[in-house]
Formats: sequence, C-alpha cells, structure tokens
Amino acid sequence: MSNTSTSAQKGQDFEKTLDQSDTKVASFEVKHHTLLERIQHLLHNNPTLVPVIVLIISLIAFGLIAGGKFFSAFNLSLILQQVSIIGILAAAQSLIILTAGIDLSVAAIMVLMSVVMGNLAVFSGVPSGIAIIIGLAGGVGAGVMNGWFITKVKLPPFITTLGTWSIFYALLLWLSGAQSIRGQDIDAEAPFLKFFGATFNLGGARITLSALLMIVVFVVLWYMLNKTAWGRHVYAIGDDKEAADMSGIRTDRTLLSVYGLAGFVCALAGWASIGRVGSISPQSFYEGNLDSITAVVIGGISLFGGRGSIMGALFGALIVGVFRSGLRLSGVDVLWQVFAIGWLIIIAVAIDQWIRRVSA
Amino acid sequence: MTTPVVQARGIVKRYGHVTAIDHSDFELRPGEVLAVIGDNGAGKSSIVKAICGATIPDEGEILIEGKPVKFNSPIEAREMGIEIVYQNLALSPALSIADNMFTGREIRKEGWMGKYLRMLDKPAMEQFARDKLTELGLMTVQSIKQPVETLSGGQRQGVAVARAAAFATKFIIMDEPTAALGVKESRKVLELIQDVRARGIPIILISHNMPHVFEVADRIHIHRLGKRLCTIDPKDYTMSDAVAFMTGAKEPPAQDVA
Repeated sequence: MSNTSTSAQKGQDFEKTLDQSDTKVASFEVKHHTLLERIQHLLHNNPTLVPVIVLIISLIAFGLIAGGKFFSAFNLSLILQQVSIIGILAAAQSLIILTAGIDLSVAAIMVLMSVVMGNLAVFSGVPSGIAIIIGLAGGVGAGVMNGWFITKVKLPPFITTLGTWSIFYALLLWLSGAQSIRGQDIDAEAPFLKFFGATFNLGGARITLSALLMIVVFVVLWYMLNKTAWGRHVYAIGDDKEAADMSGIRTDRTLLSVYGLAGFVCALAGWASIGRVGSISPQSFYEGNLDSITAVVIGGISLFGGRGSIMGALFGALIVGVFRSGLRLSGVDVLWQVFAIGWLIIIAVAIDQWIRRVSA
Repeated sequence: MTTPVVQARGIVKRYGHVTAIDHSDFELRPGEVLAVIGDNGAGKSSIVKAICGATIPDEGEILIEGKPVKFNSPIEAREMGIEIVYQNLALSPALSIADNMFTGREIRKEGWMGKYLRMLDKPAMEQFARDKLTELGLMTVQSIKQPVETLSGGQRQGVAVARAAAFATKFIIMDEPTAALGVKESRKVLELIQDVRARGIPIILISHNMPHVFEVADRIHIHRLGKRLCTIDPKDYTMSDAVAFMTGAKEPPAQDVA
C-alpha cells in the first residue's frame, strides 16, 4: 500500500488472482440466438419495421379481399386524403410522446386555431394571410402554455393537457358561438383558408395539398429529430430526463420548445382542416386527440418515451386509414372497423413491450 | 507553491435548520487525485456539488485556478472545463455511444448545412468518440453506434469516464464511480483514473471504498460533520486510521488538520 506506483500496476492484494480469472466473462458471450430473439433484436434496432410490415400485409390482405377497387389510384389517394389531418396531428403527438409525455389537447388546439383563423378572416375582415399567421402563432402559444405548466409548475403532462383540452374546447365554443362557418362564406371572404383543400392529378390519383403537407411535416420533423442536436436531446429527455439533465441538456427549455412546436403543427393541421372539411365546425375532430395517439402507438413509438421513429406515426395513421377503407370496401359494418382498430392498438403496445425486453 | 486548481474557503450551505456544509474548506492541487471520504451524511457530496455548481452555497468563496467563480448550474461549470462522472452514469440508454459522448455539445456540419439546417456532423462525432475510447483502451465495444443499453456496467462507466476525460480541461469529479461495478470492472475504472491523471488532469474522487481510495489517491480529504477535518497522505496512514478519523474514533494529527 505504501508504494502507489507498483500497486497501481498490480491492483489490490485480493485482486492478484484476477490475471488467471476466466476471461470469457469480460468478452462478449457469443450466445446462440433463436430466430425469435434475432427478430426481437432486429425490431429493437429498427422500431419502424413493425408498422411498415403491418402496412404492407394489410395492403396485400385488403387488396385480395376487396379486389381491384381497393388498389385503384382513386381509393389509395382517398385514403391519403382521409388520414392527412389526423396524420399531421399524430406528428405533433409523436413529438410529445417521444419526450415521455402525452398531449390530450392536440385536436382542441387544432380546431380552436381554425376557428380563430376563420373568425378573423371571414368576420373581421383581416387578410387571410395575417389571420393564418395569428392562428399559427396562437398554436405556438397554446403549446407553450402546456409546456409551461409541465416544466415550470411541474404538472404531469397527462393532467396538464386534460385540463387545457377542456379550456381550449370551451374557448373554441365561445369564439364560434357553437356555430359552423359555412363553406360559401369562406369561399366568398377568404378562399386562401381553403388552400390545402386544393387537389392535383397524378396518374389518375387526386392528391390533395393537405396530404402533401402531411408528408412534408413528417419529413421536416424526421430531419429535426434525427439530424440535429435538438432532436437528440428530445430522445435523451424521453429516455431518461434526469440523465439528460446531468449530461448538460437544458431539459426544460427543450421541452418547452417541443410543446411549442407541437402547438404550431396542430395549428397547421387546423389550417389544413379548413380545406379538407370545406367549412369550420367547432364540433369537428372531437376524437382527434385519441385518434392521434392511436396512430402514434400503432406506429411503434413507445408511450414511455425515447424510442421509435416519427415516421412510425405516419405509417400508423396510414394503417388506420387502410383498415377503415379496406373493411368498408369489403362491406364490413363500421362497428367492426372500430373493433379492429382497438385490437391494433393493444397488439402494437404488446409488441412494443416485447421489443423493450430485448436482452443484449 | 503552485496555485491550486480549486480552492474553496468557508463554504456554508443550509437546508432549513440542517447545515449540510459548515464553513468547510477544500483544495485540489494540479495533477493530483484527491479522494474525498467521510461517513454517510458527513456532507462530502454536498461540498463537491458546491464546487461544480450543482448546489449554490450560502456563504464562502470558490477560486478556480486562482480566479473567484460563482456557478449557477453544472452547465456553467462544464463550460469552464469541469466534468462530472455520476454514480448513476447520466447516460441515455437508447442513444448510441457517440450520441452520448456529445450530448449538449454536438458538432455541427460545416457550411450552410450546419449553419442553417443545423445538421449534425455524425461522422466527425463518431470518429472522435472512437478515438477517445481507443485512447483509454476501451474499444472492445462492437460499434460506436450501438445503444448504450447494450453495454455492460463497466463499459458504460468507461463511456462516462471517456466523455469526461475528452472534454475536461480543468478537472474531473467522480462520484462513487466503482460503487455499482464488479471487481474486474472496478479495476478497469481505477486504471482509467490513473490514465486520466497521467494526462495531467486532476480528479476529485468521492468514494466509500477504502482500498480503492488508498490505491489511487495522492491525498485524502476527510470530511466530518459538514467540514474538512484533515487532509492526509495515504502513504503515512493506514485505512483503519482513515476510518477512525472519519468516524471520530481518533483525533487527527495536528499537522494535517485543515
């Protein structure tokens, strides 16, 4: 003990036998993996693979059952159009869920901001462009409000957004007087609000701009999450917030930006929904919150945060759309569509749990 | 005498009527491994936290390389080149080794891709991480892109130490770095500590493990009842002496009293 330099080389007395110890322990054990374990590993490394496989299988299955009308360019573009609004909401929801949060207010923010845009542009004579900018800024504000309660007041995201869901919903009923803004009025006063309802032809398929917007939103968010430091921080926070804090990430600031960005994306969905629906209805998309969570969960993004790719949510939204369309074209009652989506959710979460149990 | 890397005088920290730090002093000299030992609740973690900005002391002054500093968060300390290796690792399990090494100080691509699109320079980060791990003899991992959760406890601690060693310019604080590790893995971490010291970066080592402390420390700071009791040279005393001082069973010799 007196001579540190030699003891440094040899270590403690009781460790002398370490030289002769079994070296296999230190190296990686080459274990024989069963096929199931290998699949588990593959999915663990590529969490988006599950929704992609499910999407492909369901496309093939419904193609076989429902036949040609399912695979027509018209029907496929219809599916894309139908999922576009919920898809954009799911993108916002993915951001929140990746931080191990949940946002029950996404649809309320979306409809509230569409009402704000509509009121300003149609009734108050504000130029459409400015009304839209105010609506988008309002979305950021609503998101930051959620984020402020979560980071500064330290409320759980579930409770915060359960509260703001009601608050935003009440506000939108008040602002709209529970009345819809008719499509004719929008066309007359502020047609630009319906911008994302425009369509163009692509080989027999009618693609709406809202579907294109959905894809752009996903690609941009994917880039931000995977190619920037901010995105890595979002994952680190969802993974282990305390560890992220200790490794020098300003977690509260990042969380605030995530909620603000999610609010912006919701407001964007609000704008797109005006074109998609054709009017502004305070009662629309009441189940949008849960539908967005459904898409995220089916897309393989873990509700516990930090795992999954935002692209999964896009595939999740498409899977829901394909199931709805396929079952309808096969002549199945609507209630069985809901039944099938319910099973999809449970199976998706069960698979997520199984993947997380992967052993190295 | 050369300027100490850290010099703290009369640090006080109270929580309600509990005094966690009671007019304590602290000194870290260039190039040394200073072990901080003390009984549970003696406040050894508190004093070290005060030095790295994790807690803000009520009274007292802290000098780093002779200059007074007031940290408001560990991030400010980190910007000065002070790194901390936590007992519970502070790594994000699902992120890769390279991502973990750079959390909070990522490298962006040069040119407009980095400036306007804020794109990360992943190849550069991976290369840097690979170099640092190789330098410390840790390149037994299969891939720098593998998630940290697939590593063993010792390998994870290795990543944490490598991260600290790569970015520390002033000193490194290690809080119980071997507490959760097996015999072999602890040995690896002790070797890492000696490697880091050999590069001239001083280390503050908080530990309960007397054999480890006596093996790597140049000086031992013994903390008792919220203040520095004495600083001893491990060559002059035995482990039982240290434990006796630490628990108050024996009075420390006058020349070593802080």
